[in-house]
Amino acid sequence: MSDRAAKPRPQFKNINVWQLINYRLPLAGQLSILHRVSGAMLFLMLPTVILPLFAMSFTSPQGFAKLAVVTDMWFVKLVLLALLWGFLHHFCAGIRYLALDLHHGLDKHAAKRSAGVVFGVSLGLTVVFGLKLFGAW
Amino acid sequence: MASPERIGTKRLVVGAHYGVGEFVIQRVTAVILAIYTVVLFIGILMMPGFTFQAWRDLFTFGVGGFPMGQLLATLAFFSLGWHAWIGVRDIWMDYVKPTGVRLGLQVLTILWLVGSVVYFVVILWGA
Repeated sequence: MSDRAAKPRPQFKNINVWQLINYRLPLAGQLSILHRVSGAMLFLMLPTVILPLFAMSFTSPQGFAKLAVVTDMWFVKLVLLALLWGFLHHFCAGIRYLALDLHHGLDKHAAKRSAGVVFGVSLGLTVVFGLKLFGAW
Repeated sequence: MASPERIGTKRLVVGAHYGVGEFVIQRVTAVILAIYTVVLFIGILMMPGFTFQAWRDLFTFGVGGFPMGQLLATLAFFSLGWHAWIGVRDIWMDYVKPTGVRLGLQVLTILWLVGSVVYFVVILWGA
C-alpha cells in the first residue's frame, strides 16, 4: 500500500531548542508561545521602559512636555511598537484563554478559528495604533 | 481511578493545594487588569485634550474628596504584580530544572516585581 511506502512522519519527543526551528506549531500553539513571549517582554519592560516613561509624564509638566521629545526618536518608537504588539497580543490571547477556561470553543475547529481571530485583532490593532505612533494620522 | 494525590502510577504529588490557588488568582487578576485597561482606554479617549493635567486626572481623580483614581490604579498595579509573578514563576518552573538556579531566578523575579510596584506607588502617590 502506498501508505507504507510513504516516508515516516518525523517524530518529536522532548525536542531541544535547535529542533524548535523545524517544528511547525499549529496556529493555537503559536498563539500560546507568543502569549508567553509577550508576557515575559512586558515583565522585562515594566521597570525599564514603561515606568520610567510613566514617571516622566506624570511628575511634572516639564517631564510631560519632554515625553513628546523622547518618543519622537525612532528607536524609542520601535521599542514602543514592540511594547504595543506585546500588550495587544497578551490582552487578546488572554481573553481567549478566559473563554477557554469557561469551556467556550474547546473543540479543534473553534479553537483554531478563535486563534485566527486573536491574531487578526491584535495585529490589526497594532497596525492602527502603530500608524498613530509613527504619526500617519 | 487513581487516588487524588497520585498522578499516574509513578508520580506522587505532594503539597497542600497543587497550584489551584495560583491558577485562580492568575485569572482573577487578569479580569481585573482587562477591565481596568478598557476603562483607562475609554478615559483616554474622553480626555478633553492631551494635557498634563488631564493625563494626571486619569489616575488621580477624586470622588467626594476620596482618592478613588489612585486607589483603583494601585489595586490594578498590585494585580499586575501578582499576575506577572505567577506567569514568570511558571516560565522558570517549565524551563529551569536545577533547584538552586530556579530559586535564584524566582528571588530576582520577586525583587523585580516588588521594586516595580513600589516604584509605581511612589510615582502615583508622591508629588
